[in-house]
Amino acid sequence: MKFEKIESKIAVLPIDNIDTDQIIPARYLKSISKDGLGEGLFRDWRRNADGTPKSDFVLNQPQAEGVEILVTGDNFGCGSSREHAPWALVQNGIRAVISTSFADIFKGNALKNQLLPVVVPADAHAELLKSPWALVKIDLAAQTVTLPSGRAVEFPIDAFSKTCLVEGVDELGYMLQQDPAITAFEAKRIGSVNTLR
Amino acid sequence: MKPRTIVEKIWDSHVVAEKPGAPALLYIDLHLTHEVTSPQAFSTLRERGLKVRRPDLTIATMDHSTPTTSRDLPMLDTVGKAQLDQMEKNCKDFGIRLYDLKTTKQGIVHVIGPEQGLTQPGMTIVCGDSHTATHGAFGALAFGIGTSQVGHVFATQCLLQTPSKSYAIRVEGVLKPGVSAKDIILAVIARIGIGGGTGTVFEYQGSTIRSLSMEERMTICNMSIEGGARAGLVAPDDTTYQYISGREFAPKGADWDAALARWKQLPTDQGAQYAKELTLDAATLEPMVTFGTNPGMGIPISGAIPDPASVSDPIEKSDLIKALKYMDLEPGKQLKGHKIDVVFVGSCTNSRISDLRAAASVMKGRKVSPSVRMLVVPGSMQVKKQAEAEGLDKIFREAGADFREAGCSMCLAMNGDQLEPGEYSVSTSNRNFEGRQGKGGRTFLASPLTAAASAVTGVVTDVRTLL
Repeated sequence: MKFEKIESKIAVLPIDNIDTDQIIPARYLKSISKDGLGEGLFRDWRRNADGTPKSDFVLNQPQAEGVEILVTGDNFGCGSSREHAPWALVQNGIRAVISTSFADIFKGNALKNQLLPVVVPADAHAELLKSPWALVKIDLAAQTVTLPSGRAVEFPIDAFSKTCLVEGVDELGYMLQQDPAITAFEAKRIGSVNTLR
Repeated sequence: MKPRTIVEKIWDSHVVAEKPGAPALLYIDLHLTHEVTSPQAFSTLRERGLKVRRPDLTIATMDHSTPTTSRDLPMLDTVGKAQLDQMEKNCKDFGIRLYDLKTTKQGIVHVIGPEQGLTQPGMTIVCGDSHTATHGAFGALAFGIGTSQVGHVFATQCLLQTPSKSYAIRVEGVLKPGVSAKDIILAVIARIGIGGGTGTVFEYQGSTIRSLSMEERMTICNMSIEGGARAGLVAPDDTTYQYISGREFAPKGADWDAALARWKQLPTDQGAQYAKELTLDAATLEPMVTFGTNPGMGIPISGAIPDPASVSDPIEKSDLIKALKYMDLEPGKQLKGHKIDVVFVGSCTNSRISDLRAAASVMKGRKVSPSVRMLVVPGSMQVKKQAEAEGLDKIFREAGADFREAGCSMCLAMNGDQLEPGEYSVSTSNRNFEGRQGKGGRTFLASPLTAAASAVTGVVTDVRTLL
């Protein structure tokens, strides 16, 4: 699957350090498949104890229909390594999260699930925070975000992740192709590595 | 040759291949796996007709979804049971050694690795769990990965990785009585914030760290992720070698001598460069306790809850207001003396025998406050056995605490052990996120000593008043 350009309204969640327990609480982690995890997205922020939606939560607003970009505070996705977090976001139609920084494990997990973590400078971030539901464009090939003001800012992404997303490269397939190198490495390391016997 | 950090040395010796424009292919020496983050990875293997490349370097346990009640009782949680059954089937189908609930070696993945001598210096160790950094206490490069990467390691025994920068965290001097390893790491995280180590690996150094036991070092490395670092480690020394020697999977005979010679080459070279550095004076540390909804929101036990009015950054200010609202706490007040409902001693941070001994030393001859429910959950069945051999179980039970079977338990409340909405706990675990210990629950993170002292008094307590 190739990653296409995004043009979407932005939902703004101006909170720093949103952890993966908020993105999807641990009680949703008993599943042995990926099915239905979208139900758990921001569950305790999104819904009351009786399951009814909390009217003040950003993704429960009528404007949130069809939103593909979430703008959040700093250090998004900190905490647990659960890949259920990007799975739940993607199952809710989110294709990119814009922040000033991401937790390392979350960022890696997101990139493996066609979910783009976009780091923008503080001034661009400030503009986005002030512009809920404004239209924003993300062009991964050009590595630019076009802000509501029309100004385009660049964002960083490592070359390999970009290629994987833009070209639809299968990462595991790429790794499996390197089997000869792995085999040679293992042969060289016999005796210097502790196998579990 | 350019002086290298221990992280660089481990990295260099594990690079299988490096191609321009791509991350390095890094070899993984030990893959630990559990029931929660592996099922979808096994599904990928089945869909693509792949095998586990090195089942001999892969170890599985059940810990997150497992009940801590008697193993003789049937498991009532059918969804959790299905996950455990799937784990058993996956391990059988793919030839992986599994420590299930029937074995005497079952336990929290980060407790059993070191306990059995699987965790060794210089290794690369991964697990689909963010607390994998625990194994860094042995001078291993150990970090948490997502389920896609669990699949990558199953299929290739490798990961695509880019090197991390090293962050030196030095702790110098002698800890005061009542102050422990947990307080050190909570103080570090309070200082740098929960994103402070993003993109780095912590290397814990200094005379205080050197004086710590392996279990104390594990407590510190365990919470590296709470400072934003995927990994954290301590260079191996005689304390490390003594701990490993004689354990089931430790090298023996001539292999031991060869391993020891290799391990002694690991410590960081003089003159190696760190991207960041922090030094703490151990003598200034007090018992720490968190007041908020992330592990960086911690204060010394004699300190006051911070006032949002003193915070200038608007998002930081609103986050603090949000945290205090969730916790129902008032700025400017002390946490000491705050009423609590539950005490949890357990988790991959603080469930080892020395943690149980510390808690028991406070509980001995005392009773759990009538208003408090206390749960003591050993990190492994081996820890449980040892605790029973030492009579710690009796101390806990006579005090009125519940002494359970091994597992993650109330750290993340997947198994039915949880807080009720609005309840306050003092917990020796690693995360105080909203709802982490049960929907609506409120967590004060602290050391086993502080937890035990608070259990006795029914309020957040400075353990030094009970020593």
